[in-house]
Amino acid sequence: MNLESTLRARRDSGHKLLVAYVTGGLPVGGGETWIEVVRAVAAAGADAVEVGIPFSDPVMDGPVIQEASRLALEAGTTPRGLLAELAGAGGGAGGMGVPLAVMTYFNVVHAFGLDRFAQSLSRSGVDGAIIPDLPLDEAGPWMAEAVGHRVETVMLAAPTTPDERLVAICAASSGFVYGVGLMGVTGVRDSLAASALALAKRLKAVTDKPVLIGVGVSDAAQAVEACSEADGVVIGSALMRRLLEGAGSSGVAELIAEVRAALEAG
Amino acid sequence: MTVPPMAAGSRPFPNNVPAGRVLMQGSPGPTGRFGEFGGRFVPESLVPACAELEVAFANAWSDPAFRDELSGLLSSYAGRPTPVTECARLSDVLGVRVLLKREDLCHTGSHKINNVLGQALLTLRMGKKRVIAETGAGQHGVATATAAAAFGLECVVFMGEVDVHRQELNVFRMKLLGAEVRPVSSGSRTLKDAVNEALREWVATVDSTHYCIGSVVGPHPFPWMVRELQSIVGNEAREQCRKVLGGSDPDYVIACVGGGSNAAGTFAGFVGTGAKLVGVEAAGGAAIGRGGIGVVHGMRSRLLQDEDGQVLEAHSVSAGLDYPGVGPEHSQLAAMGRAVYRSVDDEEVLAAFRLLSESEGILPALEPAHAIAWLTREAGKEIPVGSTVLVTLSGRGDKDVDQIVGLLG
Ligand SMILES: Cc1ncc(COP(=O)(O)O)c(C=O)c1O
Repeated sequence: MNLESTLRARRDSGHKLLVAYVTGGLPVGGGETWIEVVRAVAAAGADAVEVGIPFSDPVMDGPVIQEASRLALEAGTTPRGLLAELAGAGGGAGGMGVPLAVMTYFNVVHAFGLDRFAQSLSRSGVDGAIIPDLPLDEAGPWMAEAVGHRVETVMLAAPTTPDERLVAICAASSGFVYGVGLMGVTGVRDSLAASALALAKRLKAVTDKPVLIGVGVSDAAQAVEACSEADGVVIGSALMRRLLEGAGSSGVAELIAEVRAALEAG
Repeated sequence: MTVPPMAAGSRPFPNNVPAGRVLMQGSPGPTGRFGEFGGRFVPESLVPACAELEVAFANAWSDPAFRDELSGLLSSYAGRPTPVTECARLSDVLGVRVLLKREDLCHTGSHKINNVLGQALLTLRMGKKRVIAETGAGQHGVATATAAAAFGLECVVFMGEVDVHRQELNVFRMKLLGAEVRPVSSGSRTLKDAVNEALREWVATVDSTHYCIGSVVGPHPFPWMVRELQSIVGNEAREQCRKVLGGSDPDYVIACVGGGSNAAGTFAGFVGTGAKLVGVEAAGGAAIGRGGIGVVHGMRSRLLQDEDGQVLEAHSVSAGLDYPGVGPEHSQLAAMGRAVYRSVDDEEVLAAFRLLSESEGILPALEPAHAIAWLTREAGKEIPVGSTVLVTLSGRGDKDVDQIVGLLG
């Protein structure tokens, strides 16, 4: 399955897009595995799932995802092990019924080997990669490997990105364009930042690729608000906070279903 | 603001800036590379700020008015030039002729003030009113808090919880200077995590805030800018050594390496001479000695990591060298063989601390005590008897006295 074609088809048939983030390898308790969490959020209405490969020094992440990453690493999670579990579960299309993208930091990719990482994603049924500390100017070598293995690289755009650069980022991005909704790291916020709508509008003006807003989209109301300009949203910390609190797959599926219902209602 | 050219998909990696040409001379080019090291691996939110800083520094550095203002501050406020001291008694003990570059005599007690005064002026020039910094030993935090007080800037310093305890005196100093100290409880709770937290804060406040980084680390332009601001150490020392040594340069130039700023500043003055350059790392933080190539804190360099690229925790008695990474220019100097990097363990460091205190009446900080320790161990071995040696004494030991009383009893 292909991330961008799936998201485009959903959007073009009149739906708003919802991507859920889950930290891979996190011990979720209650006799469940994180793979079951991924499956549950897909079933509850996520159009794609972003699987975090935990890294020791996640500079784009706030306390919730930092904590989830720490716990996953403590539990012995490795990039190879995590991808093997995804492959064992049938990957995105075969296993979860929705496309998957991994989210990780560049040192994980670098240590794996760019070529071998791209190949492993592809073999594990992962469609895309999001690498937040690999900006456009440094992305060339990875992009070459990713394209070679048909991995879609989702590029991030920020509120501070100048107009000309926004165009270049959209041109380079595949899967979707990830608009970082606020100046800050991932985390749960009380309200949607004004910068989220402004960025979504700027992105929509320069690309017809799906534009999703992530970072600081924390509940159904904020998702609906973001989607007044954007094609969709990424929900991360709000979901992970529930998971860390022990809500299990049913608890996070409930959140995703709630957001999905709100998006369908507009 | 200018943005670097879009090069996605087109630039070879590692890029092919000819090694050596950019070395400690001029700028590392728009890609921020020292050979295959360096770069700008930061979230998109920070890319425009790094680009803005690169332009602002390049302009300031070629502006005689800026250089004059900084020189004035370095002399009237920081106490430059610092002397070079010939160590007669230590030389007798070791059988080599030892000269010390006395950065311990700078205002605030270390070389860190050289960098900070430059970045504080730059902060004002960019119209920003707030600085943030990371600190390990607390010397960079104190220097930043000092400059912030002197220039009326708001200042927040991130410091790992472990370091807050072992460098308590510096925490008080920062607070007395009006800075806010934020203890960092994530990860190893030392310098590495303080950098992470400062980067996270910078992402959230980049419009109003300058990140005053404390060493030759981080995304381009920081490694280049901090080396330039510290090059005064080596440039002064070269001329001072020539006076003492009848026109010659020392055979060996030695400096401790945490992120590598005092070493980079020192080496910058001697890279064009025949001196052998030696960086001394802590055995438990030897990014060049034991690390592999990786990407963290915005730069491609050597770092301590496991096979999956997870960054390992460094371990050193000295908070300032308790860092798993190293500045990219040092990785390149090592790759070219222009400098060598050695390491010493905590025990050797404490012995060296004692030796310098007792033989010369100079209490070194634990960081430069590493450089003294390597000198002590290798005088008459790797360093032939009769050699002349310059060691950069990057800071004074006052901050460490409490800790050392505990360790030496
Ligand atoms: C006195 C002193 N020397 C050296 C260092 C290490 O930094 P660098 O390697 O950047 O000189 C520190 C850092 O805290 C320090 O306080």
